[in-house]
Amino acid sequence: MLQIEGLTAGYGAVTVLREVNLIAEPGRVTCVMGRNGAGKTTLLRSIMGQTTRLSGGIFLNRTPLHNLPAHEVPGHGIGYVPQGRRLFGPLTVAENLQIGLMTRSKSAATLERVLTLFPRLRERLNQQAGTLSGGEQQMLALARALCLEPSVLLLDEPTEGLQPSMIQLIRDSVTSLKAEGVAIILVEQRVEAVLSIADTIAFMAQGQIVETLPAQGIGPEPFQRHIGI
Amino acid sequence: MGTGSLLMLATLEGTVMAAVLALAAVGLSLTFGVMRVVNVAHGEFFMLGAVLAWAVAQAMPSAPLGFVAALLIAPALVGALAWVTDTALLKRLNYNPDSTIVATIGLSYLIQQGALSFFGPDARAVAAPFTLRLQFPGFGYSGYKLFVVAAALLVLLAVWWGLTRSRAGLVMRATQVDRNTARAFGINVDRVYAGTFALGAALAALAAVLLAPISQAHYLMGHDPLLLSFIVVIIGGLGSLRGTLLAALVIGLADGILSMLYPPTLAKILATLAVAMVLVFRPQGLFGDRT
Repeated sequence: MLQIEGLTAGYGAVTVLREVNLIAEPGRVTCVMGRNGAGKTTLLRSIMGQTTRLSGGIFLNRTPLHNLPAHEVPGHGIGYVPQGRRLFGPLTVAENLQIGLMTRSKSAATLERVLTLFPRLRERLNQQAGTLSGGEQQMLALARALCLEPSVLLLDEPTEGLQPSMIQLIRDSVTSLKAEGVAIILVEQRVEAVLSIADTIAFMAQGQIVETLPAQGIGPEPFQRHIGI
Repeated sequence: MGTGSLLMLATLEGTVMAAVLALAAVGLSLTFGVMRVVNVAHGEFFMLGAVLAWAVAQAMPSAPLGFVAALLIAPALVGALAWVTDTALLKRLNYNPDSTIVATIGLSYLIQQGALSFFGPDARAVAAPFTLRLQFPGFGYSGYKLFVVAAALLVLLAVWWGLTRSRAGLVMRATQVDRNTARAFGINVDRVYAGTFALGAALAALAAVLLAPISQAHYLMGHDPLLLSFIVVIIGGLGSLRGTLLAALVIGLADGILSMLYPPTLAKILATLAVAMVLVFRPQGLFGDRT
């Protein structure tokens, strides 16, 4: 279980997150929603150790992560799919996946499992990642994170700019990971993409979690109030 | 000597120049490509390699043994100094492009004056490990110079293999593309940067050790390699290994051939003119990405 307790963090002298509390439990999807600039991406980057922490903490199964250098965080089983995919574009698909495997010294069996989930990537192993289509790039970004065999997966707008069939594929993958017991924090803007897979919805505004609600039975009113949809 | 022989001699001289230049320029290109640091002290790392080669060779009982020891020890010492410099200086500047240029200018003076203080102002000869002379039609040629070409080629192949086939190379290339994402996949970027800076400096030092028996070791010898390395890296494309090698071959050959046939300054003028043309018509270099 990943616990964020009273986290205040930002970039250098600029504070973005203020006293954020959030829990991601195994086998559950916690969706973080909010307007642009609310601090959603900063929250995920803070979990990955890529911001300046001012106070509070981040714990994985009670082990503090917040004092670790950024490169040691993924070794604890935190997979990250950043906004905009952030693939290593000039590297091949195989090399991108190899980077993921190296993170926690995973073997060819893990790679095989990931390629079974995304068979289209198997056909493109020697292709430069930057030349893939948008949907394939998103598959690769997710596959690269899954090469860590993560216990916690952070997804930052994974359906952004994708066609409906690809969105469905990403949604199916998340559902399958959830069933395997992976704790998922999903930053998403599309309400319809969230409702079918989320267990909890946390609304952010101005760097704070302002309301957390169970996804089941949630009506349109919280979405209208917090994100104007 | 006939025109054919003269041309062949000039081409051989140019090839030796290209080999040494390629080693030094690849070091500079790696540093810029992976770290985005313009290392103005690169020429002084080159000079330090030659001066240390002289010091190591002096301490050894025989010329071949001294040279072999210098070939191993000088690049290792220069690489270690670069590693410490990265950790103590560049990392503290957060690899800011402007600050690191100023810092490496300062570093270059420190290294240069350090070499002057410890080794003196005199040019020092380093004995070649062997004195084989090969006979070509119309002229004899140093076997050692051909050894320099072969050794440089071998090292460049090793660098290419390391970058494209090894785990360390994969990590360096990933860091080059996106250091934050690299960190999110467990890559210790600080260590990659320190290793890259050390490797770049060690390659410059290695080039200088190979060159030392041909020219001489001197505390002011870093200027020309720095200028030519920058010319090669700019023409080849910043961060492009392929472009750097090709540009080193062209500039090295041109410099070698023109220096044999005309006043050496002409070669430098033409190389600088080539850089100006590239910067005007193809600012990213022949093989660089347009970013």
